[in-house]
Amino acid sequence: MAIFNLNINGTSKQVDVDPNTPVLWVLRDHLDLVGTKFGCGIAQCGACTVHLDGNAVRSCSLPVSSIGNSEITTIEGLSENADHPVQKAWMEHDVPQCGYCQAGQIMTAAALLQQNPNPSDEEIENAMNGNICRCGTYLRIKAAVKTASKNG
Amino acid sequence: MTTLDKKLDRRSFLKVSALAGGGMMLSFSWLAGCKPTPEQALELPKEWFELNSYIKIGENGAVTLFSPNPEFGSNVKTSMPMILADELEVDWKMVMVEQADFWPERFQRQFTGGSQGIRQGWTPLRTAGATARQMLVNAAAQTWKVPATEITSSAGVLEHKASGKKAGYGEMASLAATMEVPEEVKLKDPKDFKIIGTSKKNVDITSIVTGKPLFGIDKKVEGMKYAAIVHPPAFGMKLKSLDASSVLSMSGIQDAFAINIFKEDYARNFFDTATFPEMVAIVGNSTWEVLQAKKALKVEWENAPESSFMMSGRNGQPSLAKIPAGLESTEVHKAKMADYLTKPGNVLRRDGDPEAAFKKAAKVIEKTYTAPFLAHNTMEPVNCFANVTADQAEIYGPTQAPEFIMGALSSTLGLPKEKISIKLARMGGGFGLRAYSHHMVEAAVISQKVGAPIKMVYTREDDMTYGIYRPSYSATYRAALDENNNLLALHVKAGGVPETPIHPNRFPAGAIDNYLAEGWQIESNITIGAFRAPRSNFIAAAEQSFLDELAEVMGKDPIEYRLELLKRAETNPVGENNDYDAKRYAGVLELVREKSKWSNPPAGVHRGVSAYFCHNSYVAEVVDTVIRDNKPVVEKVYAAVDCGIVINPDASINMGEGAIVDGIGNAFFGELAFKDGVPNKTNFDKYRMIRQKEAPKAIEVHFVNSKEDPTGLGEPFFPPVFAALANSLYKATGKRYYEQPFAPQLEMQNLKM
Ligand code: FES
Ligand code: FES
Repeated sequence: MAIFNLNINGTSKQVDVDPNTPVLWVLRDHLDLVGTKFGCGIAQCGACTVHLDGNAVRSCSLPVSSIGNSEITTIEGLSENADHPVQKAWMEHDVPQCGYCQAGQIMTAAALLQQNPNPSDEEIENAMNGNICRCGTYLRIKAAVKTASKNG
Repeated sequence: MTTLDKKLDRRSFLKVSALAGGGMMLSFSWLAGCKPTPEQALELPKEWFELNSYIKIGENGAVTLFSPNPEFGSNVKTSMPMILADELEVDWKMVMVEQADFWPERFQRQFTGGSQGIRQGWTPLRTAGATARQMLVNAAAQTWKVPATEITSSAGVLEHKASGKKAGYGEMASLAATMEVPEEVKLKDPKDFKIIGTSKKNVDITSIVTGKPLFGIDKKVEGMKYAAIVHPPAFGMKLKSLDASSVLSMSGIQDAFAINIFKEDYARNFFDTATFPEMVAIVGNSTWEVLQAKKALKVEWENAPESSFMMSGRNGQPSLAKIPAGLESTEVHKAKMADYLTKPGNVLRRDGDPEAAFKKAAKVIEKTYTAPFLAHNTMEPVNCFANVTADQAEIYGPTQAPEFIMGALSSTLGLPKEKISIKLARMGGGFGLRAYSHHMVEAAVISQKVGAPIKMVYTREDDMTYGIYRPSYSATYRAALDENNNLLALHVKAGGVPETPIHPNRFPAGAIDNYLAEGWQIESNITIGAFRAPRSNFIAAAEQSFLDELAEVMGKDPIEYRLELLKRAETNPVGENNDYDAKRYAGVLELVREKSKWSNPPAGVHRGVSAYFCHNSYVAEVVDTVIRDNKPVVEKVYAAVDCGIVINPDASINMGEGAIVDGIGNAFFGELAFKDGVPNKTNFDKYRMIRQKEAPKAIEVHFVNSKEDPTGLGEPFFPPVFAALANSLYKATGKRYYEQPFAPQLEMQNLKM
């Protein structure tokens, strides 16, 4: 066990956990931030995607000891009032079915648009390819990313 | 205006009562609207008219609908209140849906699955809405002393135009609660619908996009412990011994023990399926800690002998179900299935004299189609919260069918059903898998043992390897043709491990004079369960690929040939019990032909067609593929569907898109194989799921304009995609695809997948 001071969604949080604990479980079990989802645990599905200093990362494969002073943003911290352009686009296109993968999809999309505000179809497909949606909402995801890009 | 069918026993169907704080409550029976098919009747009791849902109208005019159906992504939580609101004449946004928890004495028949939610809810919801409206009108008539027929209502406001009197629903609700439920109530003419048929957004959308805790896996209470499970590594194995001390000294670990979810004398029902009723549980302070212990645990497994268990029968007569011994392999399954090329099956339907027709045939075409086991792979892995105390149990988790696990919970926990409450979480996918709720018993047993609330979570590896899969299937189609390539007879023989996929009375039965359907099955200890459109999801692929090949031999257009067969079935059907409407079937083919401009595909595009009927809806699909940079790309899919009246068009299109993507993914990649009882894939690194890049570039969904009562959409879009894709790939590559998944064969043709 060891104490870590983490910078999450703009506030500082302290946890006492095994240094190998993935950020995913620190968020879910210790900080009650359950919007970030567990899907595979091996960086293959994207359900656990958060931002680490603005980059989309798979929190299931990111030990808490590796974070240092980096800033973590989770779905709960993406916006104050569900008004991030990506969230708004997701609502406009009514993307989700079961909804389980969507926090990860949104975090991946938000990081993409941060870095590349006007992605081509191919760039969207490449960026979003690591996020599985078992319900098959891929077309709406792609359309919503384009809308967010336009409105962002 | 139409009058409600009087055959409905109204007294037991509707009941009004006053709300404690003012307002009215109208209870009604969810399922009174339609008769179950024999399949659905399985496990359903004789008492059909139980009150299992209700609406409340508060004094402030707010309307609450308690939905008995758990939500797993098909959007019933949005579309059901739309139906209610339309008849009630309120703005649909005034109707809040609350998920009813499962308390057996209050609700019965809570089930999501079989694409039945809307179909079954249609009449009860409309009737309840219209009845509540009429009672509010009657209350206003009494208050204002005017004839009820002169009162109109709209957007939650009652009005008597002549006297200029107006009142909100809330103002009349308390009085309405004291009135007689009317004997007769008029339902709207579909042309007067204001809400039904318009697109409404998912009521939970904001919670979803902001990451609110909606799912079972998100549950946490004070003092809750975390549990992991370890199940046998192979089908056909069981626990031999456990050394709990191997993990008890690890950080954060409280206990490790074996659990068994069934009592010896318990007669299991159809949905109690559990591959490993006995497994190991590890309980500790956090998920990560129990996962570490899971890796370190010393446990021994052994081959399980043949065993049996009591199965409750449909009419209360229990029977013995057998679990064969052995460590099974896909290679052996394949060889056993191939034996049935020459072995006879059980005759399921015979029309005319197919044997004689084959004897005199000038040409016989015979093709065999196969498909592997599939894992459901819902994005949310198996999980469940349970808090079991000495005299009661609270369960919270994903389930499509809470009622069906109640028996096992009660028997195993030793608690009466009234002391067990199941709270229904939103499900992170279901696809049939969550009809089987063994995980609720597992979590409950763990909680009971440690005397604390616990949350159990399977790892993806646990989830992918515990069974309840889509079965593996094989189907052989044979056609007898005369010298002019006229069809003389059709023979289908199909089976699987461990069930046959045949629906003997479906198309093309009824369209062919000499028809023979045979089924067979191979027993197995690999457990299976419902998977999006069970059986149809395979047999549609085989049948619709074969018809394509047949049409080609005959030199006919594939849509034209199907329409020819359907014309025969419509005008002069062969045999009895043909369980499809040939005209509606033809309707979707005609619509997809028109919308896809079938005869004029864009340059470089290869197209295939397929059509299927299941779960009361008809779907035809055209898949367009192109070969780009040596890679098959699905450029576009056109779907035409006849599901009667469409409640929420955009949400329905979303379901269609999802099922089409799902079908293309499974057709290309879906496969789980076994060696010595061990599944060959355990996570998404090996189990290939369709991703953004492989999804079709566009999907168009078209609805037949219909006034028929609505039917389901969760499943019917799925079965036809497989053959539409195969038929399109045939055009692109010149090869037929008989074996699912298609990707390995495409790769052998030097295409990139
Ligand atoms: S849970 Fe992290 S990528 Fe799947
Ligand atoms: S919406 Fe269900 S997994 Fe994506």
